[in-house]
Amino acid sequence: MTTLRIPTPLRTYTGGKSEVTVSGGKISEALNDLTTQFPAIKPHLFNEAGELRPFVNLFVGEHNIKDLQGVETPVRDGDKIMLIPSIAGGSLIPNPSPAGRRLE
Amino acid sequence: MIEELTHEQILRYSRHLLMPEVGLQGQIKLKNSSVLVIGTGGLGSPVALYLAAAGIGRIGLVDYDIVDASNLQRQVIHGTSTVGKLKVESARNRLADLNPDIQIDIYNEPYTSENAMRIAKEYDIIIDGTDNFPTRYLTNDVAVFLGKPNIYGSIFRFDGQVSVFYAKEGPCYRCLFPEPPPPGLVPSCAEGGVLGVLPGTVGTLQATEAIKVLLGIGTPLIGKLLLYNALDMSFDFVTLKKNPNCRVCGPNADIKELIDYEEFCGVPGHHADDTSAGANWDITAQELKARLERDPNLLLLDVREPHELQISAIQGAKNIPLGEIAQRMSELDSAEEMVVFCKRGSRSARAIEILSSAGFKKMKNLKGGINAWAEEVDKSLPVY
Repeated sequence: MTTLRIPTPLRTYTGGKSEVTVSGGKISEALNDLTTQFPAIKPHLFNEAGELRPFVNLFVGEHNIKDLQGVETPVRDGDKIMLIPSIAGGSLIPNPSPAGRRLE
Repeated sequence: MIEELTHEQILRYSRHLLMPEVGLQGQIKLKNSSVLVIGTGGLGSPVALYLAAAGIGRIGLVDYDIVDASNLQRQVIHGTSTVGKLKVESARNRLADLNPDIQIDIYNEPYTSENAMRIAKEYDIIIDGTDNFPTRYLTNDVAVFLGKPNIYGSIFRFDGQVSVFYAKEGPCYRCLFPEPPPPGLVPSCAEGGVLGVLPGTVGTLQATEAIKVLLGIGTPLIGKLLLYNALDMSFDFVTLKKNPNCRVCGPNADIKELIDYEEFCGVPGHHADDTSAGANWDITAQELKARLERDPNLLLLDVREPHELQISAIQGAKNIPLGEIAQRMSELDSAEEMVVFCKRGSRSARAIEILSSAGFKKMKNLKGGINAWAEEVDKSLPVY
């Protein structure tokens, strides 16, 4: 069993849970278990072709699965998997409205 | 070049001078340093305050917003007395009071592909305190092209991220996030909310990293991403590597100059509050009032979260939160006309997109949301 940490923006889809226990010997199996438990999260992680969306970053321990074997990366009991989201928050620094954009 | 400190400056910075990691030489280094802060909001407030207090000789502030009462829950550089004033001027006055020794440059303009290189090239490091993806990618690319460190901070509700993206020595923002999430997937703070103290924590960490980088001390977060969660009080670190396929800092980079970041992100850089579903869908609060007088049974669909209904509500409206629209569409009749609304119009615009792709046609989006309704029609309701 592995712990998968869910970032705040995606907790809406895991019933508010910050951590989900998943099983599977590799990332693809762990994610499969996650989306079976919480089907609503699936479109946020995978595209229509079933591929992991490019802006979804998954880390096993300290390492990005993109630097390991991608979704084939093995996970062991006790590993911590983290989903790292793109978040944009901060101050408000608006650009002009589309009509006012300087296109010239 | 300022080679030494005055007696007054020695007294002011004495707690720095006592530490060998800073000392007199370090303080002079800070005095000769310059930092550009993009945004003077939640993150920019603590960043600018602490950098000014620390004696950074030159601080640039970019923002073109105006101080709003709803900013003061977290944007501590501003105050009640500066509501309605330009943020850069409000911030400059506060910084000048905190430390009259430093030079403060203000740029009361949006940070865009047209002006960003010109503004940023003047400074040693750039601090990313923005709240939207187009400006984040722009800030990153400018830093990469100019070879400057980009001190990154980002927040959402209770989550924060901090890193130092410095392509000369490690990965850049695009190495981690090659492309932004599709519009609408990640709500803005104006929609999702943010714990007021969160940007204080994250911005203070950014200021810490900036000072370390300028002094060349300690281990900055180059190649590391800090993930902070205020609810769990957890700090996690992950390792970031340079992405060999990075389009701006990789060996085969194909983006060599600034691009159209709004097009790249599929969203305008201006605040999501102001988005609409497009003029064809819009109905103003006044128009809706007139419609309801003719047709009191017109269906109103409120796509806000249930707890927001306690703040303000339009009587008789049906509530389906945006996140549940796709699953609960069967509760709606596509033959029946409806007006969709949220707080300011952006979530309802997305609800309309979802419904439209499912074949719904007879829909209108309340422009400016329930806040516009509160401002223009039912003044008994609060604006939030």
